[in-house]
Formats: sequence, C-alpha cells, structure tokens
Amino acid sequence: MISFSQVNKRYPGGYQALRNVSFKIAEGEMVFLTGHSGAGKSTLLKLVAAIERPNSGSVLVNNQNVGVLRERALPFLRRNLGIIFQDHKLLFDRSVFDNVMLPLQICGFDHREGVKRVRASLDKVGLLNREKSNPISLSGGEQQRLCIARAIVNRPAILLADEPTGNLDVDYAKEIMNIFRSFHQVGVTLLISTHDTNVLHDRDVRVLSLRQGELQPAENESRLK
Amino acid sequence: MTQAFIRHFTILRNVLSRIFSPPLAGMLNIIVIGIALSLPAGMYVLLQNGQSMVENHSDSPQISLFLEIAAKSVDIEKIKNKLKQHPGIAEIEFVPRDQALEQLKHSTGLSDMIGGLESNPLPDAFIVHPKSSEAHALEVLKNELAGLTGVDQAHLDSAWAYKLEALLKFGRVAVLILSSLLSLALVAITFNTIRLQILTQREEIEVSKLIGATNAFIRRPFLYFGATQGLLGGITAYAIINTSLLLLNHQLDSLAQLYASEFKLHPLTLGDSLTLLLFSTYLCWLGAWLSVARHLSQIEPR
Repeated sequence: MISFSQVNKRYPGGYQALRNVSFKIAEGEMVFLTGHSGAGKSTLLKLVAAIERPNSGSVLVNNQNVGVLRERALPFLRRNLGIIFQDHKLLFDRSVFDNVMLPLQICGFDHREGVKRVRASLDKVGLLNREKSNPISLSGGEQQRLCIARAIVNRPAILLADEPTGNLDVDYAKEIMNIFRSFHQVGVTLLISTHDTNVLHDRDVRVLSLRQGELQPAENESRLK
Repeated sequence: MTQAFIRHFTILRNVLSRIFSPPLAGMLNIIVIGIALSLPAGMYVLLQNGQSMVENHSDSPQISLFLEIAAKSVDIEKIKNKLKQHPGIAEIEFVPRDQALEQLKHSTGLSDMIGGLESNPLPDAFIVHPKSSEAHALEVLKNELAGLTGVDQAHLDSAWAYKLEALLKFGRVAVLILSSLLSLALVAITFNTIRLQILTQREEIEVSKLIGATNAFIRRPFLYFGATQGLLGGITAYAIINTSLLLLNHQLDSLAQLYASEFKLHPLTLGDSLTLLLFSTYLCWLGAWLSVARHLSQIEPR
C-alpha cells in the first residue's frame, strides 16, 4: 500500500529531514511512527500525501510513484487519503457540519447522500450533537475528533495522522486511539505518528522509529507488547 | 444535471454573501464599477442620439444654386447642360423665379405684401441632388458650383448636420479612448478585489488543496465572484445612465417647448443594454481570472 525506498528529503536551506528511509506497509496494516519531535515524522507523512517531494528515492502509494506525480494528478491522490493534521486545519468560518461536508463538496458528491455521510462520520467520533456549532467552540479533543471526522467522511483506504494525540490528556488520547482501532478493524490502512509512546504499550502494533531522519534498524519492524 | 445546478447555485449564493460582506465595502466596489462603466456608456448614448439627429436631417442632401438676378435664359441653359453632364450630380430641378415667388406667397401667407413689390426679388434657382452624401465631397461640389459663371450663391442644405457628424466622429474616438482606459481600470479593480479575497480565504484554499480539491474547483468561486460583481456593476451603470437621461429629458422638455420641437434623448436600446451587461461581466471575469491565475499557484500547503 505504502512503500518507501531509499528516500532522502532535504529542505531548502540544507536541513536533512529524512535519510535513506525504506519500509513497506501492507494493505490494512496499522503502523505507528515514533520519534522525538524533529525526527522527521511529519516530513514522512507529508511525502506520502505529496505535500513535500523527496530529493531522491521513491515513495509509492497504491503502486503510484507520488514523488513524481504531476501537479494535476495530486487532487486525485489526496482524495484516497484521509489526513489528520497536527494543527487540525479546521475552518472557523463555518459550522462543524460544513467542515466535514467540505471533502464531499470537493469530490462533487451527491448532496443528500453527503448529508447522511457527514452525520455518520460525526456520529462515529461522537460529535453529532455539535454539528451546528462553530469549531472554535470545541475543546482541543473535540477539534481533533472533528478533524478525524473530516478525514474519514470520504471513506479513504489510507488514513494518515500526524500527532493525533499530541496535546490531549490520557483519557482523550485513549478515546482517539480506540477510534483508530475501529478503522483498523474494518480494513483501513493507518499510519499514525506520535512522540507519545505511552499510547503504544497496550497495543500489539507495528512501530517504525525515526531518529534524526533515520529509521532505527534495531527497532525497525519491532513489535511492542 | 440538477446536482450540478444545485452545486453552482450554492457557489453563487456563497459568492453573493461574500460580495456583500461587509455590505458597505461590497456596495462601494459595485458603485465604482458602475460609475466607471456609465461614463463611456453615457457618452455613447449621447452620441447615438446625436447620430440619429444627423440621420434624420441628412438622408437627402441638397445644394441650392441661386443664379444672378440678371441671368439670361441662354446662361441658364448653359448652366443646366453643365450640371447635367457633371459626374457628381444625380438629378437637377429648375425653379424659375416666378414659380419661386408663387411658392413664397402660398407658403408664408404674405401674398399681400409680396403683391406690393415692384419687381420679383427672387433669382432663378437650381436644386441639385448630388450622388454622394459624404460631407467632404459635398463641400467640394458646392464650391465648384458656386464658381460657375452666372451663379450667385451655392447653399448646402443641412450643412449643420455634416458639421455635427464631424463632431460626432471626434466624440466617438474620445469614447473609444475613454472606454478602453476604463475597461483597463475595471480589470485592475477586479484583479485587486480578487487578490484580497484570495488572501482572506487563504486557509480555506490551503485546506481544500490538502483534501483533494482541483484547481478548477478552487478557481470557480473567484471567477463567479468577479463575474457577479461585473454584472451588478453593469446593472448599476445602466441605472445611472437611465436615471440621468430621465433627469435630462425632464429639463429638455421645457427647452424643446421653447423651440416648438419635440426633441428627446432616447435611452439605451435593448441590444446596447445587453452589450453593456455582458461587457462588464466579461471584463470583471477577466480580471478575476488573471488574479486567480497569478495568485492561486502561490498558495501551496506546507
């Protein structure tokens, strides 16, 4: 589903964010990406969504080399991805409902069908009773869940989450991990970055560990208990 | 089909609420566009009115050729032959002095006074219908005929109409220059308005790009914005012109009564009105398109 091979990413200015990174994620897998901040987790996720392009190496998503994807093809790649952003990227000029509706509008989805999907999505993250509110009135955890609702409303095959539990207390974080768990159970491929290894201890999941832009060979493919 | 219609309708509704938020700024923008358009369009209307006046009075130009009082019938015959052979003349009509006097008696009702005259003061005359109706050619012909021996005066009827037409030609060039400049201004105004719109919606554009919006999808509302603003500006210009004409006609009425005439300024024709609306819509759409093409590519999500 997702495969990196000898990927290097250097930002303009010379900062080397990723060094010779190679891994494969199979369809339906749930993979955690750990490392300290600045280790390159966000960069790796951005490469998957072609928000950034690699300097060398290849990034394959669905057997498509997204590193060299033409500008015009990008929207169609991203429609197959659900992205949960570290900074949420919610729009505060519209309601919770309209925020979740946006991806469907972008795809030109049937409006009435779309309303049902949006409600289902909001229900899944427990925000159905807040659909008319402005996102600004939501708490941090609720905003995070709204971001998840927006990412899944398209029913993407791949879900990318950048620090989804970043600023949340343990209970909220658990709740969100449970939501991801349920996606995993219905066959969605998930790649979740986190610096918070606490959330991993009670999970039997695959972990990719980054340190200063390099995948740690020892921990690579490691499984925590 | 209905889905597509609903989608476009939704965009249009959003665009309208964006144009008028804040309401005063949006309104001022539209008024500026309206004024910019109404200047050349208003001048055009006045020119059209002048043009129709010229056309009413100059469809059959004539040159009246008054002979010397002392002209003998031999001279008259000579002149007649010359006129008949002249390549620039379509037709001639001879009006003998006696007949002219009779006509004057009938048409003015001054028969008593004219009857008291010792001799006929009117000369023999030719009425010449030239082939060309072009102002310059007529002037040349008039001068040529005035120079014939035995001819006292040549008088070009409706000469004022030709002078007016020359003036109108001047006016038309002025309108053309003015409208080109103001069209450019219109494009510039929309370019800037859309630039500001893009900046205020920067976040929305970024997010939309991140979740798979095509450039066409992002561009569409801005193009609608420009076109709608242009259309509303065009309607404003239309209202300005027709209100001004109404006010002018009101004053013109009392003026025309003094001259016992019924002169009226005609408003924009249906075709011209539609042209005005389409033109302003197009110009603002163009401004929006240029602005979007210039600025949208600069917003790339990071």
